[in-house]
Amino acid sequence: MAAISDRELVARCRDGDEAAWAELVERFSRYVYAIAVQAFRLSPTDAEDVFQEVFARAYQHLDKLRDDAALRPWLGQLTRRLCIDRMRATSREQPVADEELEPAGASDVYAELDEALSVQEALAATPGHCREILDRFFARDESYKTIGDALDLPSGTIASRISRCLARLREFLEGRTEEAPPSSSG
Amino acid sequence: MTAFDEERLAHLIAALPPAPEGWVRAAQELPLARTQLDDIVARAEADAAFRRRLIADLESALEAEGYERDPRIIEALRVRFMSK
Repeated sequence: MAAISDRELVARCRDGDEAAWAELVERFSRYVYAIAVQAFRLSPTDAEDVFQEVFARAYQHLDKLRDDAALRPWLGQLTRRLCIDRMRATSREQPVADEELEPAGASDVYAELDEALSVQEALAATPGHCREILDRFFARDESYKTIGDALDLPSGTIASRISRCLARLREFLEGRTEEAPPSSSG
Repeated sequence: MTAFDEERLAHLIAALPPAPEGWVRAAQELPLARTQLDDIVARAEADAAFRRRLIADLESALEAEGYERDPRIIEALRVRFMSK
C-alpha cells in the first residue's frame, strides 16, 4: 500500500479495508513493541499479551477515535495503559499508583520512541534500497555479509551505501522540516 | 525532531526493531477472526442444537464444524456463551 496518512488509514480501516488494517498494524507494531519491551521491560509473554490487546482494542474502538490524525498518541497511550495494568496484575506487592509503575525516566523514553517513529516514517518515504539497507543494519542488527547476501550486493560496498543512505535520510528530514513542522499524522 | 545528526539517526532507527513476525501476523488477522466469530455467533443464535453443542464442549463443537482453532475466538465465545 502506498504511503498514506494516518487519517486516511483510519478512514479505510473503518470502511472495513483489511489491507488498510494490515498496514496500520505494520506501521505501529514496532512502536507498540518498543514501549512494552524497552520502556516497561515486560517479559516476552506479557509483552505479547499487551501487544495483541492493544491491536484488539484499537480494532474494536477505532470508531471512537475523535481525531483520526491522532492515531499515534492514542495507540501510545493505550499501550502504556495496558502495560501498567499488566504490571499491576503481576505485582505481588500492595496496590501502587500508576506513576510508580511507570519506569524511571519514562517520559524521556516515550519521547525518544516518538522521535524514532518519525524517523521510521521518513525512512518509509526514502528509496526502497535505502530503507532496506538502513533497516537491516540498524534495526535488525544484520552483518554486512548477511545484508550483502540478502540484497545481492558486494559486502565491501555496504558501509558506503549505509553512509550515503543516512545522508539521504537526513536531507529528506531536513527538507521536510523546512516545508512544514513534523506532525503525528504520518 | 530538532537535530539531524547521522549518528543520532542511526540510534533512532535502531530504537525500533521489528516486533516478532508471528505477533504482527496475529494482529493483522484480527478482521478475519472477527468475521469468523460473527459467523459462529450467528449460527449459534439461529441453531439451538449447535448452541447446545458449543455450551457442552466448545472446542470439540468448533472442531467438528471445521473451524480453525483460534484462542481469541475460543475465549470470546467462552465469555459470550459460558457466562450466561
